[in-house]
Amino acid sequence: MGIQQETHPSNPNQVPLIKVQNLTKKFADITAVDKISFDVRHGELFGFLGPNGAGKTTTINMLIGLARPDSGMIRVSNLELTKNPKFAQHLIGVVPDESNLYPELSGFDNLSFCGALYGLSKSEREARARELLETFSLKDAAHRKFAGYSRGMKRKLTIAAGMIHRPQILFLDEPTSGIDVASARQIRQLIADLHHNGTTIFLTTHYIEEAERLCDRIAFIVKGQIVRIDTVKDLLVPVQEKHRMIISIVHSGEALSIDLASLFPDFKFQSLSSEEIRIESVNPIRVGPLIKVLEDHQIEVKEARLQRPSLEDVFVQITGIEADAMRKEKERGTGNA
Amino acid sequence: MKAWIAFWNILLKDMRAYYLKPPNISWGLIFPIAWTGMFFIKSGSGIESILSLLPGVISISILFGTTSMLAVTVTFEKKNRSFERLLLAPIPLEVLMLAKTAGAILFGVVNAFVPVILALFLTDLSQVNWMAVFPAVVMIAIASAFLGLFIAVSVSEVFEAQTFSNFFRFPMIFLCGLFFPIKSLPIFLRPLSYVFPLTYGVDILHGAINNQNSMPISLDFLIITTFCAGLFTISLRNIHRKWIT
Ligand SMILES: Nc1ncnc2c1ncn2[C@@H]1O[C@H](COP(=O)(O)OP(=O)(O)O)[C@@H](O)[C@H]1O
Ligand SMILES: [Mg+2]
Repeated sequence: MGIQQETHPSNPNQVPLIKVQNLTKKFADITAVDKISFDVRHGELFGFLGPNGAGKTTTINMLIGLARPDSGMIRVSNLELTKNPKFAQHLIGVVPDESNLYPELSGFDNLSFCGALYGLSKSEREARARELLETFSLKDAAHRKFAGYSRGMKRKLTIAAGMIHRPQILFLDEPTSGIDVASARQIRQLIADLHHNGTTIFLTTHYIEEAERLCDRIAFIVKGQIVRIDTVKDLLVPVQEKHRMIISIVHSGEALSIDLASLFPDFKFQSLSSEEIRIESVNPIRVGPLIKVLEDHQIEVKEARLQRPSLEDVFVQITGIEADAMRKEKERGTGNA
Repeated sequence: MKAWIAFWNILLKDMRAYYLKPPNISWGLIFPIAWTGMFFIKSGSGIESILSLLPGVISISILFGTTSMLAVTVTFEKKNRSFERLLLAPIPLEVLMLAKTAGAILFGVVNAFVPVILALFLTDLSQVNWMAVFPAVVMIAIASAFLGLFIAVSVSEVFEAQTFSNFFRFPMIFLCGLFFPIKSLPIFLRPLSYVFPLTYGVDILHGAINNQNSMPISLDFLIITTFCAGLFTISLRNIHRKWIT
């Protein structure tokens, strides 16, 4: 089971590696996952983007065999898993949202043990462990106990453990949440490299920029339902035709008294704060007349900058969830940025 | 072959991480020695009584050495979620749980021989039928480990596992015929004796060491084996039902 797939980049006509249909999971009175359907293609980096409690982890748990679906179908590599999730467990690697390695063991011993669980011989798994420790820049900590690792190091070793047996599909549940910025950046780079080498990746995240940067295709999941699945490129089409500018002004202490909307009917104005105005327009924004009007009213313009339309806009448009709210909610949840 | 590599490494990891830790080694030695000393001295009837006490002391050493270990190797690992790794490994659940209990079984067998070795210095063991003692010790260790497993998968906190196992262990000392025959129990308690697998293991030891078994030894073996199979099956079913939600 080499990780180098002939089919990369993903080919929509091939039989998908993961096929999910009408998958549903209820916990008592809440429907955590509600009739979701999607495919993950060979070599693809597929993202599940949604706020806290959307049903991302529950979906992963059903795909890997830690949770039993109430209804629906799961196929991995054309094996029907709904009845027996053990069928495909040798093909998949799992990186849970919380590091769950053995605190008592060193980094190296943890990796070697995980390799043994997949039946790798001693020489095979130790060579692989050394290779992964090198890749994740954990070589110096290889023989220190896992318990003493920082959060970022723990997460990195947990990802390495998920890859020890060179799985065809890697499940990553919020791989960069709750860790330091530098580790998060390194992990994103590693995920990109892994994807580049042909591993199929199923990634969940609540970071919109992360999904945009890494994923081939993204499913927006809200309250257990998938509201949209598309390639990042296609998701961005509707916003790409828009022009957007942010104008910063010096706050005068009074509310803006000019009716900009009637003076510039082509523009859509939104006041972001007392010092920032957002302007959207279908046509290129001509900034001269606008600044002139503002300055004529003694409003000093500090800066006018174009804003690249991003997935965030699409997400907000489709889900109605403000991106900031999602970020904050999550930070409160984990107590960590 | 692959499942064997997994089995062996799970066992090895548990040994290194839990069983071979100094507190457990000393506990595993001191506990049987304490039991042995306590009962041999308490009985006050001299060296001859050692043989009649030996089956009970062996059993108690296995029971206490074994049952508490599963609270750590299973309940604790479930709690800190590392058990999920094992559930995700491409090995049958049966193999996985046998690996998780094998350490405790070995530990129990080792514990059993602490009083035997002590007795060796104190009395004549030439009449002992070792061919029955060895398998009986192994069966008692398996039954105790599976009882520990049953408890460990029925609770979610380590302290609950410990409390729950004491709920079984202390009554078993009296109910299973360790130090006095079941016949001497009040009649209404006697049926209880027969629901514990330990009763049958102890009976084999009484037979093999003192020739004082109350049932045919082959029947004892049959019943204790059935108990083991039952406890293991129920534990696996509980894991399926409760841990794969
Ligand atoms: N074991 C469980 N028991 C009860 N409710 C659960 C359980 N696991 C998840 N949930 C609920 O299911 C919903 C989805 O949770 P989850 O899949 O963890 O979301 P996400 O990973 O997207 O943050 C949440 O409302 C959560 O509270
Ligand atoms: Mg989650």
